[in-house]
Amino acid sequence: MNLIDFLREHEAAIVQRWCDLIFGTYAPETVQFLKKVKNRFDNPVAYQTNEGVKGLYKALIYDMETEQLSNYLDEVIRIRAIQDFSPAQAVAFIFLIKNVVREQLREHFKGEVRIDQFSQELFDFDCRIDGLALLGFNVYMNRREKLHKIRLEEVKNKVSGLLRRTGMSIDYH
Amino acid sequence: MAKIPTPEELSNISFQPPAKGWMDTKPEFKEGCYCNAASPKWLEWLDYPYPRNWSVRDEDWKLPANWKEILLEGFDERLGRFRTLKLFMDICVRCGACADKCQFFIGSGDPKNMPVLRAELMRSIYRRYFTTAGKVLGKLAGARPLTEDVIKEWYYYLYQCSECRRCSVFCPYGIDMADLTILGRELLSSIGLNIEWTMASVGSCYETVGHIGATPQAYKDMIDFFAEENERVTGVYTNVTYNRKGAEILFIVPSGDYFADPGTFNYMGYLLLFEYLGLDYTISTYAAEGGNFGYFMSHEMGKRLNAKFYEEAKRLGVKWILGGECGHMWRVCNQYMSTWNGPADFLEEPVSPITGTKFENAKNHKMVHISEFTADLIKHGKLKLDPSRNAHIKLTYHDSCNPSRAMGLFEEPRYIIRNVVPEGNFIEMPSNTIREKTFCCGSGSGFNGDEYLEMRFRGGFPRANAVRYVRDKYGVNHLACICAIDRAVFPPLLDYWVPGMDVIGVSEMVGNALVFPNEIERTTDLRDRPLVGCEEAEEEEGGEIE
Amino acid sequence: MTDFFKLHFFIPLGIVLALIIIPYVGYMANQQLVLAVVIPYLAVLIFLEGLIYRVIKWARSPVPFRIPTTCAQNRSLPWIKKSIGEKLDNPETTLQVIGRMALEVLFFRSLFRNLTTKLRRPADHPEDAKLYYWSYKWLWLGAIAFHYTFLIVLLRHLRFFTETTPGFVQTIEHVDGWFQIFQPTVYLTGIILLAALTYLLLRRVYNPNMRYISLASDYFPLFLIMAIGTTGILMRYFFKVDITAVKQLALGLVTFKPTVPAGIGVIFYIHLFLVSVLFMYFPFSKLLHMAGVFLSPTRNLANNNRWVRHINPWNYPVKFHPYIEHENKYRQAMKEVGLPVEKE
Repeated sequence: MNLIDFLREHEAAIVQRWCDLIFGTYAPETVQFLKKVKNRFDNPVAYQTNEGVKGLYKALIYDMETEQLSNYLDEVIRIRAIQDFSPAQAVAFIFLIKNVVREQLREHFKGEVRIDQFSQELFDFDCRIDGLALLGFNVYMNRREKLHKIRLEEVKNKVSGLLRRTGMSIDYH
Repeated sequence: MAKIPTPEELSNISFQPPAKGWMDTKPEFKEGCYCNAASPKWLEWLDYPYPRNWSVRDEDWKLPANWKEILLEGFDERLGRFRTLKLFMDICVRCGACADKCQFFIGSGDPKNMPVLRAELMRSIYRRYFTTAGKVLGKLAGARPLTEDVIKEWYYYLYQCSECRRCSVFCPYGIDMADLTILGRELLSSIGLNIEWTMASVGSCYETVGHIGATPQAYKDMIDFFAEENERVTGVYTNVTYNRKGAEILFIVPSGDYFADPGTFNYMGYLLLFEYLGLDYTISTYAAEGGNFGYFMSHEMGKRLNAKFYEEAKRLGVKWILGGECGHMWRVCNQYMSTWNGPADFLEEPVSPITGTKFENAKNHKMVHISEFTADLIKHGKLKLDPSRNAHIKLTYHDSCNPSRAMGLFEEPRYIIRNVVPEGNFIEMPSNTIREKTFCCGSGSGFNGDEYLEMRFRGGFPRANAVRYVRDKYGVNHLACICAIDRAVFPPLLDYWVPGMDVIGVSEMVGNALVFPNEIERTTDLRDRPLVGCEEAEEEEGGEIE
Repeated sequence: MTDFFKLHFFIPLGIVLALIIIPYVGYMANQQLVLAVVIPYLAVLIFLEGLIYRVIKWARSPVPFRIPTTCAQNRSLPWIKKSIGEKLDNPETTLQVIGRMALEVLFFRSLFRNLTTKLRRPADHPEDAKLYYWSYKWLWLGAIAFHYTFLIVLLRHLRFFTETTPGFVQTIEHVDGWFQIFQPTVYLTGIILLAALTYLLLRRVYNPNMRYISLASDYFPLFLIMAIGTTGILMRYFFKVDITAVKQLALGLVTFKPTVPAGIGVIFYIHLFLVSVLFMYFPFSKLLHMAGVFLSPTRNLANNNRWVRHINPWNYPVKFHPYIEHENKYRQAMKEVGLPVEKE
């Protein structure tokens, strides 16, 4: 069995674990709420994180365009970019998948097979994750830039009617 | 080798911070997550205590020397004046029903945003100074001494409650966090802690026209401009009179509707409707601001601003007041106005001059909501409406917190919407996110400041998430609302979470749909966007201009 | 486990254990009279006085504003009809307020909201059909189970205080004991009561955000009532006491001719002492929500501000910006743009 087959076979478990670790980055009092309340409207943070991670993982194990990867990253990072996380904390979750995969391998093979046999593949996988993290950095910056743009826009929008009145050009959209 | 934190450490996974009880954690004032301190000039303007320059990020907030006594005396006084405060301090059983109902908790994950804990921030002080058990047992009784850190915590978390009352719907004892927040903010005000956006708005509303501090002439100029704009789009010039004595109706709207898009288009809608009806109404340069930013600071300041309504109605000798689309203005007008500044016995029980409908439900405070007024007109067939002019608008409707949970205005706007857009263009969001369970925009009660964007986006996320659902599933492209704060804050919020959504007032859509006998052929809506079927002509024309 | 949790969990636990030892020591020291007469009388006195004192204290603070939480359509145009449910969720009249309060007090309406979801146009909103989540129902169910079984257990005890057992008490006992396999009859309520209490305790301990917000005053009544329930059950099924003697004692207490019959086991004195403590503790604790719920201004007022004026007894005049000052400030400019003014 090669690594990619393993990753595809254990998709659900790995995604679940990855999400749980991400929820673990919130205050301990909140973790259970994030893990437990499944309604997507009552618990949008958990829902959107879950969806993002699911897509991200799919994109990793099946070939997808960089743009799609970025979109899925954006689902998760869009939330973290405005929460109480430092930039590093906001994207650090990407690396957690490395541990999740090793954990799953160890658990699955329980000493039957040495994980060393995957070392080359794992190394390649890790490289992809590193690349993903760099993408994550882009996404995070895009989100923060967006936030600052919105902030600028808002200052204008407060008196946008007046500006329109005086014929000053503003770009509303 | 240099010590570099691992991703696990960064993510707090292997490194869980030593868990502490909530009394032992302090808030961290991060950029984007707190409201700026009010500058002294507003406080001086309004005779508010302890005007001074201070900053939230400073260690020293320069509180008055006897701040503790002031605050505790104020607390005691309010316990004697508000049964709500006294009761809500005593009867919470911490059942946790409210915990996951607050959009700020849902969106931020900060456990102190659970309404129960937000209230405990105040209760712990109440117990320590006003109950025997708290005085004797201290921490064991859930009490703690009043320190500057407690005050900072109050400031941080009481300004993360948008007074939306969603938790109060689910509380088995009806504990109203909004009421506690208002009283807590009053206490903060009493020791000179206020937020800039609210204070500046209050100061401006108090002495000038509207919350951005405009002059009467600018106000008139703006509304005359709407009349011209209406004429340009529809061929109908909408006449307005200002401060006219003897008019039948005084019309009051929030200033967001005449200074900021997209509220301005809503104002054009109001004007078109009144022109269509030939309504005998006037607007005032004095009672020009419907929004009551004072209510975000204290009951008293709310009353001071609200006083203008009846004063002006009396001076002009109108029969009754018509109110525009505004959220907290209607909370104030429904629950406080006649108690504060009534009785309005110089006014008459409102009667629609067009349909003859008596608004018996408003016979005390003598003020009618524009949605009631319009719904009544439509029901009586007094308006010729062409819904196809709103065919480019596929919308969902956001129930604003105040008209929902502090008034009960649900059906009227929906009735109007169903009559002004083509069938099938109105899609409701899921039922646990609308009506009395509606999610707040995350920016109510004074959070409009741009310095507060991150926090607002956390609080607004649950709402945006539901909007995104109907956008993705049904192709909804507009969010309709009857609140000026919504119209101001949803565009940025949705731009971040659900790009491609426009925000629209209900009256704007009425304006689009109204068919005047003498109108020109309409090719655009009030925002100059081409109507369905007129896109090509518009493109050609647009090409010439640009 | 935080220090905060340890403090608020273990101290009440310790206190309740101590409260069990006190009557045991008293019994050994032959203080039956104190345990069976003095303390119960004192407890009832404190309970009644405390309750009245607290309610009066609340009631002394006025209700300056009428601020009901409106959970449905308000009174509006005559053709906007309200269902009975909507009338109770946003009451317009006193009768409807009574209805709302009854729903609240008898059925915990607001807690029930955690699970109720009106299905509006389910065809368009298939996801709405999935909104029924059991996880939400547990709190309501646990609360209902606890409060009702507690009430029934309390009512069953009336048989001790009346010469002949009232009919309704017999009916309750009959229904409660339908599960007649064991001798003596096993009352279901006692078991449900303990189960519900256990649930309410466990969710506080195991749910991190519940643990975060819980205080000693939340754990103490749970431990105390659990101890009362447990001693009651032990007494009924395992360490039986002389029921006739207990009834004699109870009748003596209510007829103000207290006697202490000999031969009642220590377990009874522990049970009675814990109940007395509960009575004494009641008026000074969160348990007072029982009375408080009736006074809650967001629930017990009609949403009729728009047609009936609410009076604030301490309403005071405030400084506001009068019209004439507005005109004074802008008069010249107003005149220039043709705005009417009072003074030329």
